[in-house]
Amino acid sequence: MQIYLPIADMPVNIFLVLGMGLAVGFISGMFGIGGGFLMTPLLIFIGISPAVAVASVASHISASSFTGAITYWRKRAIDVALAMMLLAAGILGTATGVWLFTVLRTLDQLDLVIGLSYVTLLTSVGGMMIWESVRAELRARKGMPATLRRPGSHSWVHGLPLKMRFKRSKIYVSAIPVWVIGFTIGFVGAILGIGGGFLLVPMLIYFLRVPTATVIGTSMVLTLITMASATVMHAVTNHLVDALLALILMVGGVIGAQFGARTGQRMRGERLRLLLGLLVFAVGLRFAFELIVKPEDLYSLRAVRPD
Amino acid sequence: MRRLALTLVLLVAGMAPAAAEKLVVSLSNHRVAVTSSFTGEELVLFGTIEPDRPRTALRPAYDLVVTVTGPKQTLRTRRKERVLGIWVNTEMREFVNVPAYLAILSNQPVDTITNADTLRRLQVGLDNFLLTQRIGPDVADTVPSDPFRTAFVRLQQQYGLYRQSGTAVTFLTPTVFRAAIPLPSNAPTGSYAVDVKLFADNAMVARTSSALEVIKAGFEQFVAESARDHGLLYGLVTAMMALLTGWFASVVFRRD
Repeated sequence: MQIYLPIADMPVNIFLVLGMGLAVGFISGMFGIGGGFLMTPLLIFIGISPAVAVASVASHISASSFTGAITYWRKRAIDVALAMMLLAAGILGTATGVWLFTVLRTLDQLDLVIGLSYVTLLTSVGGMMIWESVRAELRARKGMPATLRRPGSHSWVHGLPLKMRFKRSKIYVSAIPVWVIGFTIGFVGAILGIGGGFLLVPMLIYFLRVPTATVIGTSMVLTLITMASATVMHAVTNHLVDALLALILMVGGVIGAQFGARTGQRMRGERLRLLLGLLVFAVGLRFAFELIVKPEDLYSLRAVRPD
Repeated sequence: MRRLALTLVLLVAGMAPAAAEKLVVSLSNHRVAVTSSFTGEELVLFGTIEPDRPRTALRPAYDLVVTVTGPKQTLRTRRKERVLGIWVNTEMREFVNVPAYLAILSNQPVDTITNADTLRRLQVGLDNFLLTQRIGPDVADTVPSDPFRTAFVRLQQQYGLYRQSGTAVTFLTPTVFRAAIPLPSNAPTGSYAVDVKLFADNAMVARTSSALEVIKAGFEQFVAESARDHGLLYGLVTAMMALLTGWFASVVFRRD
């Protein structure tokens, strides 16, 4: 069934978009990521202009992260204090990111910077996660404790001052790395147009040693707030949020996220991280492929929006 | 004085061709409404060739070219090149105020209708249509074989927005014709100009024009207008819609 999208200015198959929402929603609920790095390329692939895709995906992500957050909230798996600390730094990072975005756009090489950043970030983060979880798996096989939180194994991160206690996550860490992580996520998110969940989750796990149980719920709260405000900002500045497209994606997304969140809670942390690592790495490779392989058509068109 | 008047009469008579015709055309629809079920539409242009004055003779054969141009748009054509092992957009050319939709429809291939010179002068055919590019500080068209121009036309043809057809116009009788104007689903909204040119003996003998409009209607119009005119409210409503959808799903799927 075809339906015409009022802002994207094109008809789409409603079931195809619904299915995409379901699939990405499942993944986002399972790993506690927004899924923007999957959804935006998918929408561009079916012919929606990148600007409309990025703007509309923001509202889709807020819906699926909200439903996920509610589920984790009921399971008491959200560290509100940690989320708020990250958010405060995240806003600063977003502002810096938006500024750099404008500078890069005037230099007319934004596409390349985005492509390269995707490749670097996704393959390195994905690779690290795969490596880490495979090692944890091997340790578990040898009968050693699989947990990351070994007593006495504090890294330099834990030696920093300004220590704070985050009760829900049962961690006692310095506020400095929390702020640095929040700032980085906000900054990267603004430049790449993504929620940054796939970066936040591993950062919280590896640097702050936040347990897998609370890390996903907390990341979801952060994603929810940044993406809901991104929706409003995109609507005000670019007028490119397609509410109809967003609604179809959302309906699929929230249903998928519900099932994803349940599947995720049943899985072991190491296994979950390995899967997320593989997914992130694969998407990174795909972006790399696009940059390295000779494109089918060397030419492309882009509408210049009247200023 | 009488001689002068006589000369003038002779001159006017000499200028007017033996046969003069006019075109009468009508579009099946002047207003195409884009609603949520819009998947493209085919418009039909009907017309007849009539003698300009009563009892003037018509010619035995005519050719017809219909040019439909959509709203103006500025597009960038970019070319990728390999730099340090990766493919990067290096060169680009801006096409300034070119039609977002362009259809050149005729009853036979345009190059068989008249000579290349006339085609170029009247901008008949995709190769001859004026597509202005920004070249340095100037705005000008290039030769049809310019790589950026060819790529631009080819990509627009792939999107179904530019087309040239030598079969889209049919003559029902020697003087009554019908032209099918295909509007694809991605046809941009705005006003379209329809230019009808009549050819006989390698020259244009009559010309007329018409217009149509592609507009959003109903729900589509409502959404597009709210997004444009009330950005903040639209954004807040969309964000609220997202939260509601999320909340609703968690209620529906709640097991405990």
